[in-house]
Amino acid sequence: MRRVVNLYRSSVGKKILMALSGLILFGFIVGHMTGNLKVLQGCEPAVAGDHAAGLSVASQTCAIDTYAEFLREVGYPAVPHGAALWGFRVLLLGAIGVHASAAFQLWSRARAARTQGYGTSKDISFTYASRTMRWGGVILLLYVFYHIAHFTTGQAHSDFIAGGVYHNYVVGFQSPLILLVYLVANAALCLHLFHGLWSATQTLGANHPKYNHLRRPVATLLSLVIFVGFMTPPVLVFAGVIS
Amino acid sequence: MDLKLKVWRQSGPDEAGGFVAYDAKEISPDMSFLEMLDVVNERILEEGGDPIAFDHDCREGICGSCGMMIDGVPHGPKSMTTVCQLHMRSFRDGDQLTLEPWRASSFPVLKDLYVDRTPFDRIIAAGGYISVRTGSADEANAEPIRKKDADAAFDAAACIGCGACVAACPNASAMLFTSAKVAHLAHLPQGQTERYTRVLDMVETHDTEGFGNCTNHGACQNACPKGISVDYIAQLNRDLFRATVTTAADPVGS
Repeated sequence: MRRVVNLYRSSVGKKILMALSGLILFGFIVGHMTGNLKVLQGCEPAVAGDHAAGLSVASQTCAIDTYAEFLREVGYPAVPHGAALWGFRVLLLGAIGVHASAAFQLWSRARAARTQGYGTSKDISFTYASRTMRWGGVILLLYVFYHIAHFTTGQAHSDFIAGGVYHNYVVGFQSPLILLVYLVANAALCLHLFHGLWSATQTLGANHPKYNHLRRPVATLLSLVIFVGFMTPPVLVFAGVIS
Repeated sequence: MDLKLKVWRQSGPDEAGGFVAYDAKEISPDMSFLEMLDVVNERILEEGGDPIAFDHDCREGICGSCGMMIDGVPHGPKSMTTVCQLHMRSFRDGDQLTLEPWRASSFPVLKDLYVDRTPFDRIIAAGGYISVRTGSADEANAEPIRKKDADAAFDAAACIGCGACVAACPNASAMLFTSAKVAHLAHLPQGQTERYTRVLDMVETHDTEGFGNCTNHGACQNACPKGISVDYIAQLNRDLFRATVTTAADPVGS
C-alpha cells in the first residue's frame, strides 16, 4: 500500500492516472461519436401513439431521439429511470477531475523544474500536438461547458426542445459560427487524441519492438476517425443535405 | 570563417547573468566547437578578460562533460553529436549563435555555460549497482545472454549522462537518463537481483532532485547525442508499475 501511495506521488504515477482517465474519456468519445452518427439515419413519420412523437418535431420520430431516450432507459427496470446515465456521468466527471488535476500537478512540477527559461529555444519535440496538450486541454474543457449548455441543458441554444435531439442538432448547425466553433473544438480534440493515445501506450509501458511502429499510425487513424465521425453530420446539416 | 557569438555569462551560482556578444574571427572549419571557444577564450585572456567557462574533458564524445545549448538545441544542430565532436564546418561564415547553459532548477549554473550535474550522480547512486559474488570472476561464457538483450542493454549503456535530455525537455525531466540507467541493468541477468527496487529508488531520487515529469514529447530522444530511445522510458514505466503492484521488489524472505 505504501508503494501505491508512493506511485501516486511519483511523476510516473500521475502519468498513469492521466493515461487511465484519458482512456475512459476516449471510450466515451467513441460512444458519443457513434451515437451522433444516428443523425444520418434521419426521421420517419410517427406511428400513432408513439411516446417519442410528442417530444420530437410533432409528426415524426427520429433515430437519434429514440437512441437518446434509450440512453435514459438503460438498465431499467433494474435501476430507476436515468440512473445508469447519471452513474456514467459521475464516472466521466470523475475521469475529467482526475485527468485535469493530474495535468495541473504535472504542469506545476514542470514549472518548478525550470524556473529560468532559455533566451533562444527550438522545439525539437516529436510533434506539435505534444506541445499543445495543456492549453488544448483547457480549450477542450471550456468547450465541454459550452457544449453541455448548447445541446444538453439548452441555455446556449436558440431554439431548444428538451428531448428533441434531432431538432436541436439540425437547428444548431445551421449557423456558420456554431459550425466553426465545433470545427475548431474537434480539431483540438483530434490533436489532443493524436498525442494522448500514443502517449498513453508509452506511459502504460505498452511497448514492444514488434508493435512499436504501429502505435503512431493507430493513434493517427483513431483521432482522424473521431474527427471525421464528429464533423460529418454537422457539415451535412450546414450543406442542407440533412434538414 | 567569422562568427558572432551571444554567450550567457554568469560569474557564479548566485550571481545574475546575461548575454554578452563576442566576435569569433578567422575560425577554421576543421576546428571543433570547443576549439573555437578555446580560440575565443585565448583572445579574451589576451585582452585581460575572464574566459568563458564551459565543462569539457575527453573531447571525443564519450565522457558526457561538455554540452551547451547552441541556438536553442542541446549540443547544436548536428544529430547524435556532442559539442566536442561538432565541427565548425556545420556552420556557415557569418552565422550568429546563441550559447546558453542547460536550464533546469536541478542543474544550477556554476559559471557561464557550466552547470552542476551532480543530481545525476545521486540518481545513479540510488540504484546503479548490482550484487555480485566477490572473489574469482565467473567464466565469461557461463551465463549466455541473448543477442537481443545484450544489444538493448548496450544501447541503454551508451548514455553518457551529459544532461542534454533534461535541457531539451519542455518539463526539464530526466526520465530519459533515468530510464537508460534502469534499462541498462534490467536487460542483463546480473541486474535482476535489484531490478525492481532499483526502479523504485531511482525514480524516487529523480523526483526528489526536482526534475520535471515526462509527458512524452520526445525532445530528449532528438537531443540525445547517443541516440537513447524513449522506448526505455516505457520500459521504466512498466517496471515501476510492476514493482508497485506485485511483490517483485520485496526483499527475499519477507
